[in-house]
Amino acid sequence: MVKVLIPTPLQKLTNDQAVVDCNGSNISELLESLESSCPGIKARLCDDQGKLRRFVNFYVNSEDIRFLENENTKLNDGDEVSIIPAIAGG
Amino acid sequence: MAQATQDKATNSATTAFQALQCKECGAEYEPKAIHVCELCFGPLEVKYDYDFLRRTVTRETIQAGPHSIWRYRPFLPVTSENPIDVGTGMTPLLQANRLARRLGLKKLYIKNDAVNMPTLSFKDRVVSVALTRARELGFTTVSCASTGNLANSTAAIAAHAGLDCCVFIPSDLEAGKVLGTLIYNPTLMAVHGNYDQVNRLCSEVANTHGWGFVNINLRPYYSEGSKTLGYEVIEQLGWQLPDHIVAPLASGSLFTKIYKGFQEFVKVGLVDEKPVRFSGAQAEGCSPIAQAFSEGRDFISPVKPNTIAKSLAIGNPADGVYAIDIAQKTNGNIESVTDAEIIDAMKLLAETEGIFTETAGGTTIATLKKLVEAGKINPDETTVVYITGNGLKTQEAVQGYIGEPLTIEPKLESFERALERSRTLDRLEWQQVLV
Repeated sequence: MVKVLIPTPLQKLTNDQAVVDCNGSNISELLESLESSCPGIKARLCDDQGKLRRFVNFYVNSEDIRFLENENTKLNDGDEVSIIPAIAGG
Repeated sequence: MAQATQDKATNSATTAFQALQCKECGAEYEPKAIHVCELCFGPLEVKYDYDFLRRTVTRETIQAGPHSIWRYRPFLPVTSENPIDVGTGMTPLLQANRLARRLGLKKLYIKNDAVNMPTLSFKDRVVSVALTRARELGFTTVSCASTGNLANSTAAIAAHAGLDCCVFIPSDLEAGKVLGTLIYNPTLMAVHGNYDQVNRLCSEVANTHGWGFVNINLRPYYSEGSKTLGYEVIEQLGWQLPDHIVAPLASGSLFTKIYKGFQEFVKVGLVDEKPVRFSGAQAEGCSPIAQAFSEGRDFISPVKPNTIAKSLAIGNPADGVYAIDIAQKTNGNIESVTDAEIIDAMKLLAETEGIFTETAGGTTIATLKKLVEAGKINPDETTVVYITGNGLKTQEAVQGYIGEPLTIEPKLESFERALERSRTLDRLEWQQVLV
């Protein structure tokens, strides 16, 4: 089981839950699992070609998946996945 | 959540801002504390009634306003008649003749936000707007993720406005930026991690705590404050646009908002339209935007920052793609420079113009020099360089590169000996240069 942190703009699709438990051995599978428990969420995160939108950041245990293996990044039981919109500078 | 239920934005007779709109898909939202499109995750931008602005704002009404960013209040996303005004903005636009001669340019100007008020960086502009809006939305606690300057500014202006403040910074910041935050007595969280990690943590906090994060849920309002850097340059050039601007790039937001500021003044008839080239500056140790630009990419690959220019050390720049788009369509450039070039440029600006900037300013001046040497700035162009922060905050960067004082006894003889010695050292240095 993987814990997914849901950002506020998506919480309407998760019944206002900030954390959702999901399955999946990598990010692509996690997206499918998330979609089955929260229908409609995948279309918010991915474009028409199924690629992650460019303003969406995924982190696995605090590391940006673009430093790992993008959508193929492996997931293990107990991992924490955070979905974060891009943020302005400071 | 400490947020007012009623919002007056659409009711006020003196304000032109109407709604938030997704920059990607165009979906509209009420002007609340939100920053991301629910449909496509694109960033939200403030939308204005430009017809209203064209009818009601003139050069004269602006000039009759306060000597601060609030002279441009109709172009800013606030409804208050009394915004938080701590004298922010209207910083000098200096004609930099000695630096221009050194570089081989004819009309070079420095927009000097190293002396912006109250905390000596351009961040005072964005924070004044963000905290005014935070107050309107009913927040009592404000917060931010910061590389230092934003921390200083948020803590200071929150203190002035009587708002509670909690600031998050990477734990390895320069001492001056930490001290320059603590003095205002906010809650200061020094996070073991880089800015991008601090930012991610703050997003998670923003989801749960109901605070006004200036660069997260208040970002659409916050970022609009940077437009005043565009307005002021137009006004200070005698209501004209420059030919070329050079500005630093961290997240890319400042760059895009200067552009928006120029466009808006053209749109409402306050200045005549002409092409302005936009060039951006990054440090080589954190140059995801410069890399994407040089490779012709329309997406950013994040990097792990490693540079002395800590205020620009954002490895995952949210507005990077928009900055690239602007540089491309205005025939500008985006370059990166080494840490050594940054230090040399800080010294060059100080020695030629009497301006002590921080590493971000060094990055910008070094990039200016690089662009001139590569023939990418025409000497006849009216060029404006944006200096966004103060060197007293990043003293570590130049320590060891600027010599030592001549320590002498309080005797004339001791002084004469030291003077002779320093002149000899100068001569030797020159000889080395000549060799």
